[in-house]
Amino acid sequence: MRRLLFTLPLFALAALAVVFALGLSPNRDPHAIDSPLVGKPVAGFVAPALVNGESGVAAGDLRTDAYRGQVVAINFFASWCLPCRAEHPLLKKLAIKAGLPVLGLAWKDKKKASQDFLDELGNPYFQVGSDENGRIGITSFGITGVPETFILDKEGIIRARIPGPLSDDLIETQLLPLIKDLQK
Amino acid sequence: MICISRYGLAAGLVAGIAVLAFSSASFAVRPDEMLRDPVLEARAEAISRDIRCVVCQGESIEDSNADIAHELRVIVREQLNGGATDDQVQEYLVARYGDFVLLKPPFKAKTAFIWIGPFFLLLAGGIGVRSYYRRVARAQTAPLNAAEQARLEGILKTDDDRPNPDRNQTTL
Repeated sequence: MRRLLFTLPLFALAALAVVFALGLSPNRDPHAIDSPLVGKPVAGFVAPALVNGESGVAAGDLRTDAYRGQVVAINFFASWCLPCRAEHPLLKKLAIKAGLPVLGLAWKDKKKASQDFLDELGNPYFQVGSDENGRIGITSFGITGVPETFILDKEGIIRARIPGPLSDDLIETQLLPLIKDLQK
Repeated sequence: MICISRYGLAAGLVAGIAVLAFSSASFAVRPDEMLRDPVLEARAEAISRDIRCVVCQGESIEDSNADIAHELRVIVREQLNGGATDDQVQEYLVARYGDFVLLKPPFKAKTAFIWIGPFFLLLAGGIGVRSYYRRVARAQTAPLNAAEQARLEGILKTDDDRPNPDRNQTTL
């Protein structure tokens, strides 16, 4: 018994080493916050349309109700947001590869500025709404900034939240398998 | 905090006056977001002090200058104006951002160790120290066996009968 007691610090050290190793793991983002909204139906919102009469974009209000029955991605962006610029080409890629409508919401951005942003970089969105005061992002999605992307299943339940810009790797390894699974 | 060099002396003066005027309010809270009702405003500030800013993470929304912290402060005030209780306001934010927004983690199975852990470690340490000293004390009071007792008595006796030559030397 006395002998075992002497090995206790060694075990404590080993346990700490495991905790620290997990903490230092490159896969762990200490800033990532699990969203309690994942797994819950999205709270209703109506975002006024940003773009009128552009090709491929239906004018009118962006209502998730209209998309009940299909998996959709919702992407929050802003013209003042540099990472949004970086992920922009990937949104079109996501829409084509996954075969789902990507809906855009311009968060805390002047309508004109968002429009100019889309004119300059192209519009990858099936529909774009404006969340000028940022309330839809906060109250319906609990976002902490832009860009953020959400995957909603056929019933309008939030299935994934991706804070920060999308990447090729993330789309291939995580989003596409998830979306394919949800689309079954 | 407000950066004087960036905004110049005038802003510094304005900030100084603001501090005098609203000595309980922090720098981050903008005057335009404050409620007219001082009771409600005090409640809003008390709630905000315990809500973590979701982007700066180390600060409360009361202290943070981040845009989203401002937005959350406004939401807290809107909720209070709408008649929500303090708990309801907290629940509203927790429903959207999780327990993470609370600077004081709630007592749950998942967080039990955070709350009980230090006391548990203190107790374990206390027990360890106690058992160590008890062992040392027990070792000191172990009775002498017969041979040791005889030897001790012999030493004591010789010391009484003959004067210690060393002692005599030192007293000279």
